[in-house]
Amino acid sequence: MSGGSWTRYAFVAFVAVLVAVPAVAPAFWVTLGNYIGLYSIVALGLVLLTGVAGQTSFGQAAFVGIGAYTTAWLTTSLGYTPWITLAIGLAVTAAVALALGAITLRMKGHYLPLATIAWGISLYFLFGNLDFLGGHTGLTSIPPLAIGSFELKAERALFLFVWAIALAALWATANLLDSRPGRAIRALRGGFEMAEAFGVDGARMKTVVFVYAALLACVSGWLYAHLQRFVNPTPFSINMGIEYLFMAVVGGAGSVWGAVVGATLITLLKQVLQDILPGLLGRSGNFEMIVFGVLLVVLLQRAREGVWPWIARLLPRSAPRPVPDAPPLKARHHAEHPGPLLEVRAARKAFGGLVAVNDLTFDIRAGEILGLIGPNGAGKSTTFALISGALPLTTGDVVFRGRSIGSRPPYEIARRGIGRTFQHVKLIPGMSVLDHVALGAYLRGTTGVARAALKLDRQEEARTRAEAARQIARCGLTAHTFESAGSLALGQQRIVEIARALACDPTLLLLDEPAAGLRYLEKQQLAALLRGLKAEGMTILLVEHDMDFVMGITDRLVVMDFGEKLAEGLPAEIQRNPRVREAYLGGVAE
Amino acid sequence: MDLPIVALLAQDGITNGAIYALLALALVLVFAVTRVIWVPSGEFLAYGTLTLAGLQLGKASGIAGLLAGMAVVAGAMEAWRSIGDGEARRLPARLALWTGLPLAIAAALYFIAPLQPPFFVQILLALTAVTALGPLLYRIAFQPVAEASVLVLLIVAVAVHFALVGLGLWFFGAEGSRTPPFTSASFELGGVTVSGQSVLVVATSIALIFALALFFNRTLYGRALRATAVNRVGARLAGISPGFAGTLTFTLGALMCAFCGVLIGPITTVYYDSGFLISLKGFVGAIFGGLVTYPAAAAGSLLVGVLESFSSFWASAFKEVIVFTLIIPVLLWLSLTTQHHEEDE
Amino acid sequence: MTTPLLEVESLSVSYGKVEAVHGVSIRAGEGRIVSVIGPNGAGKTTLLGAIMGLLPSRGTIRYLGEPLAGASVEERVGRGLVLVPEKRELFASMTVGDNLALGAFARRRDGEAATRRSLDEVYGRFPRLAERRDQLAGTLSGGERQMLALGRALMGRPKLLMLDEPSLGLAPLIVREIFSIIVGLRAAGVSILLIEQNARAALQVSDDGYVLETGELVLSGPSAELAADPKVAATYLGQGAGH
Repeated sequence: MSGGSWTRYAFVAFVAVLVAVPAVAPAFWVTLGNYIGLYSIVALGLVLLTGVAGQTSFGQAAFVGIGAYTTAWLTTSLGYTPWITLAIGLAVTAAVALALGAITLRMKGHYLPLATIAWGISLYFLFGNLDFLGGHTGLTSIPPLAIGSFELKAERALFLFVWAIALAALWATANLLDSRPGRAIRALRGGFEMAEAFGVDGARMKTVVFVYAALLACVSGWLYAHLQRFVNPTPFSINMGIEYLFMAVVGGAGSVWGAVVGATLITLLKQVLQDILPGLLGRSGNFEMIVFGVLLVVLLQRAREGVWPWIARLLPRSAPRPVPDAPPLKARHHAEHPGPLLEVRAARKAFGGLVAVNDLTFDIRAGEILGLIGPNGAGKSTTFALISGALPLTTGDVVFRGRSIGSRPPYEIARRGIGRTFQHVKLIPGMSVLDHVALGAYLRGTTGVARAALKLDRQEEARTRAEAARQIARCGLTAHTFESAGSLALGQQRIVEIARALACDPTLLLLDEPAAGLRYLEKQQLAALLRGLKAEGMTILLVEHDMDFVMGITDRLVVMDFGEKLAEGLPAEIQRNPRVREAYLGGVAE
Repeated sequence: MDLPIVALLAQDGITNGAIYALLALALVLVFAVTRVIWVPSGEFLAYGTLTLAGLQLGKASGIAGLLAGMAVVAGAMEAWRSIGDGEARRLPARLALWTGLPLAIAAALYFIAPLQPPFFVQILLALTAVTALGPLLYRIAFQPVAEASVLVLLIVAVAVHFALVGLGLWFFGAEGSRTPPFTSASFELGGVTVSGQSVLVVATSIALIFALALFFNRTLYGRALRATAVNRVGARLAGISPGFAGTLTFTLGALMCAFCGVLIGPITTVYYDSGFLISLKGFVGAIFGGLVTYPAAAAGSLLVGVLESFSSFWASAFKEVIVFTLIIPVLLWLSLTTQHHEEDE
Repeated sequence: MTTPLLEVESLSVSYGKVEAVHGVSIRAGEGRIVSVIGPNGAGKTTLLGAIMGLLPSRGTIRYLGEPLAGASVEERVGRGLVLVPEKRELFASMTVGDNLALGAFARRRDGEAATRRSLDEVYGRFPRLAERRDQLAGTLSGGERQMLALGRALMGRPKLLMLDEPSLGLAPLIVREIFSIIVGLRAAGVSILLIEQNARAALQVSDDGYVLETGELVLSGPSAELAADPKVAATYLGQGAGH
């Protein structure tokens, strides 16, 4: 998707073919091309929703229906011009999608698809039973689109218009994916926890994507109504909703081009099967459905990512865009705060009858590296989760710079200036180191979906990328800037996480077992990095199991065992503490 | 609206609701054990009715052919797996199970059907044939992707639904069928006529639900399925293979749906594509139970049946709209009462 | 030395492109307790996952003299290779009795009577489980859960019992109890492969030990010798060079 000269040539060639089609192709192919364009627009929304954000909808056909019926009814009954009905249709769609999204998107993954099936069916029957929408026969004599006095009546004229919109949608979606909100959407894939740690409101972002996909479907429906010049409920049934999803999945829901490839393949395949199969089998029937179903099962078993990745592998790889220097992003006001930077006050977490953290109290002072240590199962990770907002407190409080952050959602805690890493590294496969670190700077930008889609965010984007590159350099990972973060060694992945946390310009850095699984040399490098950060004034909470690692770099230690504070003090004191030695070494028959 | 009409509508609603409840239980079972949202359950129902209707006419070649075809595919997959694992010595046993048994059922169906056996035997044949499709379908379509996400499994399920609907049209034709009633008896109860058919449907559903409860609570295999639903890794470590659990679950699920098909046959005309809408009503019921609790799913299904029956009286054109819109407040309620901060994938 | 119960040779395990265990070779002899110790993230759990067949691996694993390649997790369980995982993985919404009954699932062909005998043995070894047989597993305390996990594993009549961090999150008194049970199991003829953070306890009860660090074996030998090794003390006491 990103720059590179060959992609540009390929794109120009693609556009040239599109322009030539209405001039030279037979009418049958122009019609087919129109449908492929319409379907591509809907499938694009599904690429974003399903492929990127990981949410499945079988109800896109119903959104297409809303777009089509809105314009059909308003133009035929009230005489509105199609340009106004488009705006009204988009508004209606957005309202419906918002309402549905608010209900279903907060829930586990499988409720959304089920809900979309149900309301897709219900809307279909509604279209078919409302008298003012013409019942099952539908509405006829919808006026053609007109630009000035030029009527887009002929299919050939409309072809260019349909594809101009399809390409615009493609361009906007590609822009969106490569932007501040796009990185946040991509981060949703692995669940909310990671995205929210960098200030992304996961539920809100999911809703935005859902609405975006619905709006694309609505545009397609609007075009459909003015192409067909009549509407009835059939093309908005649940079967069509399923087919849209098939297109995205078959084409490859991970890439915007997958939408076009999928829409083309399914449309052509259906055409071919409808022509050939009855002849082969000697009777009429819905044979393309059988073949479709079987093909899709085979495809999902053999190539779950769809067709596009296969094609992409054959294409030359484009060189990554270099990161030019740019003025820094706005920095946080790291004002001095009297008293401890963070106070954990009698924090308690119970899971049913199991008390994982039992009224724990300790402080973190500004500018220090505090180690929170203890044997496995002592409650360190739970404590970490209570501070970072990943888990709500049962009782007690956490106070940061004098203000309570206890049980607040992680994205609000991130906004206050707390950055974190994860014990089990949370990186998105296929996303570059640069993009990961740029995601860390999410809170320092303001670009929304609309600006990103229209590519109006270039200045802020340049500054974000430059900032990410600076943090990558600060952590010594410049050589890996453009590599996929998932392909790095574990030690480097942990450093990527630290760079990502630094990009949000935190006052306090929370590190969850950063040395686990690292080799000796990697630990040395990590220790050097943390000492360097401290020298620059960073405050760090280090949750760690590895005593050896902790002793060398922390200012103070808090030792936990069985959910309680066992000891607190300077590393040397802790090392001599017999209770700590006992807890750590264990022993059976003393 | 007077009392007899209310009673009639309620009776209709409860009868349909009992069938939706059975469907909902099958859906909850299949989802809990295999994480498959079993969209094609409706086709199993329709196949159940239509196979029985076909047997009435002495025809069963379509379904026999499908069984035979799937048996061959499943056998080929088993052969491929056995050779790949270097376990060729296990192949004969696996082939006997995956190819031999379904082929035997297909043959029985093919040869007995033209003899027009008694109604009871026809029911038994139809149930056996449609039930046998369940494990075969699991083996062919779902087991190779058993570890995939719920969403991938869902899309596979929808693809299977597509294929089965297409095959249904091919085998059974576009015309709908009804099967003869099990009983034409009816009796008065407090001034209201109750049909024996309704009583039979409700009683059979209740009996089946009790039988299932016994199976899940008393038998080792039933508990093994519950264990897989509760903790997949734990189940594997206890020696319960996911493939085994999935096969058993799909067998049970197919049996329940086929049973629904037999029960609904005398009440409604069933077409090759009727199953989807019927099973979705089971889904709405199942969603009441959050796809996990059986009693709530059964209660929800009864409600769906009654609601459907009354709305078909008041606003028959909007019957489906009302039933499927019901899912929205249910989901809203679920989303407000359950906490899901993190995706389960 | 006779053929060991379990022989792992140059085993490597990768998650995607990242290799977590590099060419590890270990042996577990009949009637012995073998411990593998090492810090967090050393690859200990990964090693067990590979032996159990939960994770794909390279290298050879021989059990009872036969290679295990191609055998599924369930088949391994059936052959007496049983794992008690770090997270216990109990059936939380089922009763203690159901959990134990399911432990014998792989042995269901031995018949009802054999299961009955195993159950009596387990209840004899863990009287607390007998008291709570109708209680849901999810309501048990941490120590009881570990006992149930052990009990469920024993219902499968293991030849080699693999324990992943049995002391994790348990109070010292309970840890002591669990370890004495482990020693008792050896006396009853069960061989054990023990994975522990609690290095001293593990080395105290085991016969042979291996030290795993960042996916590689760094030390091995009789447990008593390892316990006395200054390098082991350094790693686990935080008294390494440079301090």
